[in-house]
Amino acid sequence: MTVAGMAPREFLTDRLILGLVALVALVLGMPSLKPLFATLYPGLDRPLYEAESFVRLTLDHMALVGISSLAAILLGGGAGIAVTRPWGREFRGLLETVATMGQTFPPVAVLALAVPVMGFGPEPALIALTLYALLPVVENTVAGLDGVPAPVLDSARGLGMGPAEMLFRVELPLAAPVILAGVRTAVIINVGTAAIASTVGAKTLGLPIIVGLNGSNQAYVIQGALIVAALAVVIDAGFDRLAIWLARWSQH
Amino acid sequence: MTSRLRLYNRVALLMALAALAAAVALPFLGFAPNRLLSGRPVPLWATVQGLGGAAALLPGLVLLATPFLRPTRFGLGLTVAAGGLFTAGLVWLAGAQAAALAQGASAAARTSFASGFWVMAAAGLLAAVDAARRLGLGAVGRMAVGAAIAGLVALQLVSGHLDALSILKEYANRREVFADAVLRHALLVAAALVPTLLIGLPLGVAAHRVQAVGRAVFPILNVVQTVPSIALFGLLMAPLAALGAMLPGSGISGVGPLPAVIALTLYSLLPIVRNTAVGLDGVPAPVREAARGMGLTPRQIFLRVDLPLALPVFLSGLRITVVQAVGLAAVAALIGAGGLGAIMFQGLFANALDLVLLGAVPVILLAVAADALLSIGIAAATHRIGVLPGRSAP
Repeated sequence: MTVAGMAPREFLTDRLILGLVALVALVLGMPSLKPLFATLYPGLDRPLYEAESFVRLTLDHMALVGISSLAAILLGGGAGIAVTRPWGREFRGLLETVATMGQTFPPVAVLALAVPVMGFGPEPALIALTLYALLPVVENTVAGLDGVPAPVLDSARGLGMGPAEMLFRVELPLAAPVILAGVRTAVIINVGTAAIASTVGAKTLGLPIIVGLNGSNQAYVIQGALIVAALAVVIDAGFDRLAIWLARWSQH
Repeated sequence: MTSRLRLYNRVALLMALAALAAAVALPFLGFAPNRLLSGRPVPLWATVQGLGGAAALLPGLVLLATPFLRPTRFGLGLTVAAGGLFTAGLVWLAGAQAAALAQGASAAARTSFASGFWVMAAAGLLAAVDAARRLGLGAVGRMAVGAAIAGLVALQLVSGHLDALSILKEYANRREVFADAVLRHALLVAAALVPTLLIGLPLGVAAHRVQAVGRAVFPILNVVQTVPSIALFGLLMAPLAALGAMLPGSGISGVGPLPAVIALTLYSLLPIVRNTAVGLDGVPAPVREAARGMGLTPRQIFLRVDLPLALPVFLSGLRITVVQAVGLAAVAALIGAGGLGAIMFQGLFANALDLVLLGAVPVILLAVAADALLSIGIAAATHRIGVLPGRSAP
């Protein structure tokens, strides 16, 4: 479903487009809402979070989520591929056990544990987010590659495809929807954990919320919460769209 | 490769080599004059003193040999035992060394686990877990292995052998606060479960029976699940604070346990509603027809056929809900709901890393314990269906 091909009404009710418009408006327009927050909270000296710009915080937030997710896709996807090859099969059980067990660890606890090991700052947040995002990516890569029907593999082999060609032209395209679902889970969790990462010294959209909670400034809390919620909804809607595209593409 | 020494278990080999590398290259413990300073590293070899110390490391040597054992019940059983005992032995060594270091130092001195300990302990546990899986142990058997290893550590904890470690010194300073926090954490999760089940179960049944209900409910619950917890807590604050101001004396407030329980409930609804509906959807139509043919009333069919058959799927929804809620309750400490998260964030804000551990490690243990208990429940419920007559294979 391309934007150009949409009827005007579809365009106006599309969750992704509406969300994007709302997100951009919130990020750019928050400063102009200062009078509104001043009216809502007359007791506050500073009704608008101004220590960092919301544009900066949003970009930093997205960078933290983007880099950690990309690293998790490369590492987790690679590990998932490795254990479904004949030479890596022995490690499959262990990897699956770690992925299942690891996902019972609450992300916030993993984030907190990164600090005693690595200190404060964006680096422990990046490592913790990457480690956590690995788990759903690994799980779904293995499940997706596993779900490729054996007859399909046999006929690909019959066509004379080598292992690498089979992986990239048959297995990965067929597994792509399942892998994408894992990436989506990982990214959505990371958007939320990145917000909490403000407590370990990473400057993200969680910062106004944390500063507001610690200083009893509800206006700060609302400003940060609105933007981070909008960001999560937009990213989720984006994955919805991506899944539809992928389903169409893999049918061809 | 000679015919005498053959590699049978590459996972155990990798774990043994990782443990060996960590033993040589990484600090085992850190020793600091007080809790705010970073410590000087203490390598593993410096902690091995006397016969007891050597005995504690013996399972590590066995672990190095296990990759070359035939994968018989004995070989794999030995790997499980070596991995578990190695981890428990590391904890024992750490406790003994901390006590020795504490003797010549001030009361403020701190001995904490360092990276080498974590890597070696993880390697030992993973070797045990993998060997248990190769042995073909089921969920209950694997949990028994886990419980045995946890028991060995718990024994040292209770006997006071670990008291000189910094995490237990933090605990000693906050004994009552800690007990309160654990209780409060569990209460937050339980308090959210009550409204979740009261709303979620009927909603799940309705979504199973009437498609339109599912179409209306699931998109909303999905969006809620997408919103980051800290944002939902923040967004609930303002309306609740306004409500509290309008109804003075009602006890409603934007901070504290109330917004936490509301947010936890909102997050918990999706797995419960979804799995209730999916579980009921999965009951085979022939089974229902057979029950009807036997003269059961719709009510009896629901209670005696639908519910038991849907129970395993429902329980896995409950497991997702409870494990998720344990983590979310930790975040709720930021809005003053208390619990273990309060200890964790207090440590983060005050740069007291042992305090962070005292909060975060029990959160993980609570989540893992809840997961294990509910897994046993799921296994039991599935087993019961298995022997139910009339269960048609899909």
